[in-house]
Amino acid sequence: MHVHLYERIWMWGAGAIIVVFLGAIAFATVSQGRLPPSHVETVDPRNVWSDARFAQRGVTTNPDGSVEVTMLAMMFAFQPNEIRVPANTPVTFRIASADVVHGFQIVGTNGNTMVIPGYVSQFTMTFDEPGEYLITCNEYCGLGHHNMGATLIVEGGV
Amino acid sequence: MIHNRRLATANIGVAVVAFGIATFMALMQALSRASLDLPWRSAKMYYLSVTGHGVLMAIVFTTFFIMGLGIAFTTRALERPLKWPRVAWAGFWIAAVGTAMVAWAILWGKATVLYTFYPPLQAHSAFYIGATLLVVGSWVWGAVIIASYFAWKKDNPGTPVPLAVHGILTTIIVWYLATVGVASEMLFQLIPWSLGLKETVDPLLARMLFWFFGHPLVYFWLIPAYVVWYSVVPREAGGKLFSDPLARMVFALFIILSTPVGFHHQFMDPGISAGWKLAHTVTTFAILFPSFVTAFTVTASLEVAGRMRGARGLFDWIAKLPWNNPMVAAVLLSMILFAVGGFGGAINAAYGMNAVVHNTAWIQGHFHLTVGSAVALTFMGVAYWLVPKLVGRDLELGLLAKWQPYLWFVGMLLFSISNHITGIMGMPRRVYETSYGGSLAATQWEGLTLISAAGGVLLFVSASFFLLSMLGTVLAGPKAEQPTLEFAEPLEGEPTKLVVFDRIWAWVVVAVILVAIAYAYPLADHLAMETFGSPGYKPF
Repeated sequence: MHVHLYERIWMWGAGAIIVVFLGAIAFATVSQGRLPPSHVETVDPRNVWSDARFAQRGVTTNPDGSVEVTMLAMMFAFQPNEIRVPANTPVTFRIASADVVHGFQIVGTNGNTMVIPGYVSQFTMTFDEPGEYLITCNEYCGLGHHNMGATLIVEGGV
Repeated sequence: MIHNRRLATANIGVAVVAFGIATFMALMQALSRASLDLPWRSAKMYYLSVTGHGVLMAIVFTTFFIMGLGIAFTTRALERPLKWPRVAWAGFWIAAVGTAMVAWAILWGKATVLYTFYPPLQAHSAFYIGATLLVVGSWVWGAVIIASYFAWKKDNPGTPVPLAVHGILTTIIVWYLATVGVASEMLFQLIPWSLGLKETVDPLLARMLFWFFGHPLVYFWLIPAYVVWYSVVPREAGGKLFSDPLARMVFALFIILSTPVGFHHQFMDPGISAGWKLAHTVTTFAILFPSFVTAFTVTASLEVAGRMRGARGLFDWIAKLPWNNPMVAAVLLSMILFAVGGFGGAINAAYGMNAVVHNTAWIQGHFHLTVGSAVALTFMGVAYWLVPKLVGRDLELGLLAKWQPYLWFVGMLLFSISNHITGIMGMPRRVYETSYGGSLAATQWEGLTLISAAGGVLLFVSASFFLLSMLGTVLAGPKAEQPTLEFAEPLEGEPTKLVVFDRIWAWVVVAVILVAIAYAYPLADHLAMETFGSPGYKPF
């Protein structure tokens, strides 16, 4: 089987590009801890309102100063639908669905996760810039999908 | 000659009709997202239309077109009719009945679950059963092609199979591997659940099975386009295929790498560990390689064509290509759009960066460049060239056919670029209204949604040109003897010896092992965990 010189050069180049891409991902993963939200925890979606982990929703501050936000997603709203968190503080979001699959995206940031009934979505991020952020449901959940949103207010502390 | 012409024509006919219906839906959606009011605009119509457009374009149009193309290419290249023509017709009817069931469920508003049909959104059982029948029909088609190949092989021992057939067999193998996932989801979860035999389903397990199918599905669409690029386009452009063995290498790589990649669609899912997501990232990037090689071989073949047409300089071979031949123009423009889409795909697959674009308008911008251009525009080009040969008539309304690919190109650039940008700005995909109660973030993407709508209108005009030309050809094209279907000759002559890439079934074994590694452990892990099912919801 004959392979032309130019083909060889091209294939080595293509291989190198792929290695560079994967290297960049490995770097971001290892050195900056950039992992997609991959928390593994289950919850019964039919009892989620009374489940101890989701009975109290809203913002709580832990003794170490970190902040936890507990939310439920449902057709076609987030509960609570307005949250206030401090800037420059790690905020851990814990979200579950009371019915179908939803999405949770903080527009203009890397905050993005699926919310799948039966599972707890969890991720942590820090907001540098105070201001008002739009939260959208980015997974189709029924005829009111486009009305499903919430507001995140990041407060002071620059 | 092409055998089983009526069957090939019937398949392509269903594909073109599905494309036509989905085109009207697309126009309405593009205008709706820009908040442009049409008389019949409503959330119910919009989401119904998104479901219809997705299913008709991504599943019905593609599958039937590929079945028709596969029959034409295989019977022509092997110079023999299909081994079991009656079984092949039965397969066509199974798929057609399935399609009718799905269309009924969607158009009557009983299955507004989008083409991804994630439970616990629950459609009418006719939707799931119909979709399963469509897949079963395509399995029958694949089996008939494989049987025809074995019959040929028996008569031609030790001869490499013609490249076009090698590619079609690759398509079928990828499809068989892929559909294991969706068939399991349908048979063990969705069908019994929608019939009331099962109370709940596990939505995450369903998503794992769906994406086991969902990504190799894109290679099921793409490989036939590559078959056209390799085995037809060099000749139509006036040249030769630069390398036959590397094309076979590309097919082998698609067999082994298409399936163990599905978690890159689930980066944002809870319940799947970060380690497995990373493993699927590596295989996802590996599958860029065969597409890079294809870019070289196809471009080199086109350069050969340009030089055989008299080009002398470094780049004038590009201008020498027959840009006024609708088939060649459609393919060339689809390749340019695909190059952009390919790099966007690398961003989607990049583990960390995915969070910025996941489920945003970026995604629809991306896949309209890939399946919506590399595949759909190539197929339209193929139709201009193949349909006249199948029906024995001259292409009608050729002027529309000449303009159509260029309109598609411009429309797609407007549509796709604006959606990539609004996506990065955070606009979700698949929403009826993008204003979010006048939220400040939402006002920033207003002008871009108008550009996207303008692109949608151009795409609609382009699609109409295609449909008019097809309709004209079949109904009113002058009956005339057509030149037969010819494949491109390799620059170094037809291969006479088998190479390692011709050992198709050995590559299938490697593929099965890789799929088992990529999926068996995470699936077993998942099934061992205590999970809670969900009852069905019908919020539409």
